[in-house]
Amino acid sequence: MTSFRRFEGAQKYIADDGLLSDVNAAIALQRPLLVRGEPGTGKTALAHAISESLGMPLMTWHIKSTTSAKEGLYEYDVVQRLNDSRFDEGDISDISKYIKLGVLGRSFTTEEPVVLLIDEIDKADIEFPNDLLRELDEMAFTIPETDRTIKAIHRPVTIITSNAERELPDAFLRRCVFHYIAFPDPARLRKIVDAHMPELETSLIEAGIARFYGIRKVQGLRKPPSTSELLDWLFVLARSGADPDAIANRMPFLGTLIKQERDLEILSKKRWGR
Amino acid sequence: MFSLLFFNLRSQGVKVGLNEWLTFLDGVRRGLVVDMESLYGFGRAVICTSEAQYDAWDVAYHATFAGVELPPEISDKMLDWLRDAEQVVGERHHIDMTPEELREAFMKRLQEQKERHDGGNRWIGTKGRSPFGNSGTADQGVRVGGSGGGRSAMEVAGERRWLDYRVDTTLQMRDFQVALRALRNLARDGSYELDIDGTIDKTAKNAGDIELDWQRERINKVHLVLLMDTGGSMRPHTRLVEKLLTAASESKGFKTFASWQFHNVPYGWLYSDYATYDRTPIDEVLRGLTPNHRLVWVGDASMAPWELFTRASGSYFMGGDPAQGGVSGLDWLQMIQRRCPASVWLNPDPPQYWDHPTVRAIGSTIPMFPLTVAGLRDAVRRLKQPR
Repeated sequence: MTSFRRFEGAQKYIADDGLLSDVNAAIALQRPLLVRGEPGTGKTALAHAISESLGMPLMTWHIKSTTSAKEGLYEYDVVQRLNDSRFDEGDISDISKYIKLGVLGRSFTTEEPVVLLIDEIDKADIEFPNDLLRELDEMAFTIPETDRTIKAIHRPVTIITSNAERELPDAFLRRCVFHYIAFPDPARLRKIVDAHMPELETSLIEAGIARFYGIRKVQGLRKPPSTSELLDWLFVLARSGADPDAIANRMPFLGTLIKQERDLEILSKKRWGR
Repeated sequence: MFSLLFFNLRSQGVKVGLNEWLTFLDGVRRGLVVDMESLYGFGRAVICTSEAQYDAWDVAYHATFAGVELPPEISDKMLDWLRDAEQVVGERHHIDMTPEELREAFMKRLQEQKERHDGGNRWIGTKGRSPFGNSGTADQGVRVGGSGGGRSAMEVAGERRWLDYRVDTTLQMRDFQVALRALRNLARDGSYELDIDGTIDKTAKNAGDIELDWQRERINKVHLVLLMDTGGSMRPHTRLVEKLLTAASESKGFKTFASWQFHNVPYGWLYSDYATYDRTPIDEVLRGLTPNHRLVWVGDASMAPWELFTRASGSYFMGGDPAQGGVSGLDWLQMIQRRCPASVWLNPDPPQYWDHPTVRAIGSTIPMFPLTVAGLRDAVRRLKQPR
């Protein structure tokens, strides 16, 4: 059996066995792990937890709608070079001076292995994942301007998150190990809350979680509250010194749980809320 | 054994190819699959590409390893004795084979073997040191049936927890988006940006004295309008049409996107929501159209012939001026088509059902394509070259 550094979970990150073994499978196969799930189920936090647990630095590439694949690899600062040539500053014949590596490029060239997080890949242009196929496959790319090939010294442990805003191309999906983070069941949710707020009163947590699952069951909500919203809500409740019995009858600070106006209306019609 | 799993997956509609198969074997070689539980988890991670496939995986896994839907070459009897096997704790026996060799040898031995076998170190059976079978002590091998102890993956698979996530859809939204993307008509119309190549050219000609060259950003000039038939015979197609609507409205890059609803054919009005009767006169919609507008109609185009051809006097259909002798549904379509020749009609019914008077009539007015990815691609091509 090939040995590799295994991810066993982190102090504040409660993962189920399925997720742990999928992370380890991705590390062993040296393939990117594509993580999907509802917002707030801890997709991004997973990368932080892996970095913490394996003791590898984390490099994050936040994807925006305008991000292009090349940005992650390198940028060639022509304007700076043009400017230097005009004012005769430095050696402009050395193009490599004007090449700046992007996040992906840097994660290939670091001396120690790193965890690379490509966050919210579905935000980018529809062709974006296809443009990264070769780079993620071979963990290498070429800079035509200097004719230099950058090859990963250590293949970074790559975690890619997606909110499923748009479908990803098959060719890309085939190269990833896939894991869907399901919404936690009450027992695991308890553990998650305990890990984040150990000082919280048990009765408050129990009342809060019960109400929380009640709201998630309401039909027609556009954005059912997720784990991170529950944590915020419990935090506010604890700070305000709310009485656990009171939560059972009314819902203080509903705004921390429900973010959409329409959802608030639906809940107030069903006599949830204040 | 594994190939059976893969065939079962394919019959569940999961596209498993050689690539996944090799990744899977790679994982087996690296020791990631040690028991039924890790086979379940690891196989799912490398083979499923979406949570929508998790249920198919559960079904296929269950079918493969619970002895349902077996291939003819493994008799039920054989699986019975494998399943009944008692757990034997013993020394592990090392087998030095690659997974490919292992699998090949398994299939070969399966053909040779004709009878039940317990113990021993060669045949497929139980409690032995052969790498094939169940409850054996070989450290590497092909497990046949049975479970690996603990809370078995079989139980987990049997629960079908992922049933709700399943979407057996023929069309994926991404396909629609990729097809719609071809509908661009880029023009340098946006804000100014620095043209690097132009700047370098001009600077060189200027003997190295920097001269900046600006150009306008390229933006898509196309306005997309989606017109959808709702209700009635369109009801079975609702999800498909919704998918197209979502794909179109989320496609970034169109200058504007609008969608309208109607029932069968539009008579005088278009509805922003047919359910609430929130409507706008067609004349008003037509006035807003520019040469950069592209109309995409979606409907099955089948209705009672009189709904399309009768020149009603306006009372029932809310269309046309009674004084002018009324306007038929087809007249409305022709009027819109004349105003905006860049239009196509997408029909969710397959073309073999298009032999219907109203479908033929509409199809000869507005070019008609099936509502499939290929159909949408053809339609987009047509929209780019309206005649």
